[in-house]
Amino acid sequence: MLNEIAFLLCAALTLAGAVAAMMLRNLVHCALCAAGAFAGLAAIYLQLDAEFVGFAQLLIYVGAIAILIVFTVLLTRGAEIQPGAASSASSWWKGVPVGALVLACLIWSIMASPSLVRLPSPNVHAPVKQIGEQLMNQFVMPLETIGLLLTAALLGAVVIGLREPRTSEPNS
Amino acid sequence: MSGLDQIFVWIGHRAAGWFPASVQPLVSAVLAIAGVMAVFGTCFALTTLAERKVLGRMQNRFGPNRVGPYGLLQPLADAVKMLTKEDIVPFSADKTLHFLAPLVLTVPVWLAFAVLPFGRNMSAINLDAGILFFFAVGSASELAVFMAGWSSQNKYSLVGAMRAIAQMISYEVPLVLSVVPVLMLAGSLELNDIVAAQGTYTFGGLARWNVFTPWGLAGLILFLIAATAESNRSPFDLPEGESEIIAGFLTEYSGFKYALFFLGEYLGLFAVTGLAVTLFLGGWHAPFQWLEWVPSWFWFAAKFGALIFLFIWVRATLPRLRLDQLLNFSWRFLVPLSLINLLVAAAWYWTGAWKFPVVAPIRWLLCAALIALPYHWLGRALRGAMPPPRKYIYAE
Repeated sequence: MLNEIAFLLCAALTLAGAVAAMMLRNLVHCALCAAGAFAGLAAIYLQLDAEFVGFAQLLIYVGAIAILIVFTVLLTRGAEIQPGAASSASSWWKGVPVGALVLACLIWSIMASPSLVRLPSPNVHAPVKQIGEQLMNQFVMPLETIGLLLTAALLGAVVIGLREPRTSEPNS
Repeated sequence: MSGLDQIFVWIGHRAAGWFPASVQPLVSAVLAIAGVMAVFGTCFALTTLAERKVLGRMQNRFGPNRVGPYGLLQPLADAVKMLTKEDIVPFSADKTLHFLAPLVLTVPVWLAFAVLPFGRNMSAINLDAGILFFFAVGSASELAVFMAGWSSQNKYSLVGAMRAIAQMISYEVPLVLSVVPVLMLAGSLELNDIVAAQGTYTFGGLARWNVFTPWGLAGLILFLIAATAESNRSPFDLPEGESEIIAGFLTEYSGFKYALFFLGEYLGLFAVTGLAVTLFLGGWHAPFQWLEWVPSWFWFAAKFGALIFLFIWVRATLPRLRLDQLLNFSWRFLVPLSLINLLVAAAWYWTGAWKFPVVAPIRWLLCAALIALPYHWLGRALRGAMPPPRKYIYAE
């Protein structure tokens, strides 16, 4: 009973945050609501006893990605939407089939997965240690690949950031 | 164990024992929370006084001495002043965010205290991923600072918030990296395990704290520098640099909200200091075996107080950095050094198996050289290399 109330609260927080992130008119408010939705998701992970995933979600999404979104909004100076602007693009109906398709895909894969069968959770001692061992043994190749990919992305970002503006020289 | 050592645990058990068994876990949790809040809330009040007194003494003046004997009641007077001041919200401010920002800063900081072991059997919860929890709950503070700066609709506030976020992001990297060697050597993310790993004695009763190893000493110094920057204290107090940008993101705050920001900042400092004590200074363990009879919570408090004094001392000593110096210092100096420190910790681990006479000093000096030489070279290499004048891409 207590568990269900907690789940409902977390789910309500996540959903409300996600909906508000789409609906609000001020981009900074949207970004902060998205951060709220991330935090709600982390709470759901924690409620499922997935401590490591929950904390990593908080650390990465609330601590890093939300800040990144906020910075992007501020640096592109698009925080305010003009009051006269249309509430949605004229081609909004094109999004409906795409959204339906994605939803169908998700529902199909969730229904087909074995995760719906409720099993008693295995009582694992020191789950973080096990995650580490799995990452270093069974999943070492994907881990290294992701590391390489992220390093490449980081270098790319630095290269983009370093590029000197050739055209603006005469002006200054 | 002596009775005095476990007195707080015993009081907690007795108090929880008065309640029916079904609510006992809840009651003991509430008691732990109340204890932490009472102790560190008092600590906040005392530290503000101590800071002003010590700063005054170091600058050859008295500091507060009007309220009560030796100015001891000054925090009380400050609290009354803060609570009764008018709460001004700017007309064009984003009212909701302006209201929420101090709460988002202060509330998560309290959570960080949940995993710190304050003494033998004295941590509120034993989390398997305790250190990850500590850093995860701290991650909301950047958002809170941004909310405060942006919602005030004031240029100084926004500049201060941007400075603060750039600084926090830059110094979070060396902060976390300097913790990693401790986790590697202890083989656990749980803070109680890390304390237990430092609980043995060597060389006629000297404790085996991490700070007595080369990587631990370097790690503690790196950690303290990064922690000073994370909690926006001098010499890294650019976000509030009062001679440059009024008070940064605090400019439009007054009264109780201002006090909440200060509470949040000091609590953040306390939490990170408690973590430094736990990770590097042996937690609640005594420095010598013959001092084991002293209660464990006393040792935690003593080390905690010494580190807080160090932070005040640094504030009184060093001038404020410039923003580009600050970011260069982190990315070009602290981050490489903390990465090298990982290798030193690995070397320490592998040389642990060496067996020949006088191995201990040789091993110590070898590992110390591994971190001291890069420090020397990096410092020399960066001293002459000033970055070229900045080209502004977006600001023109």
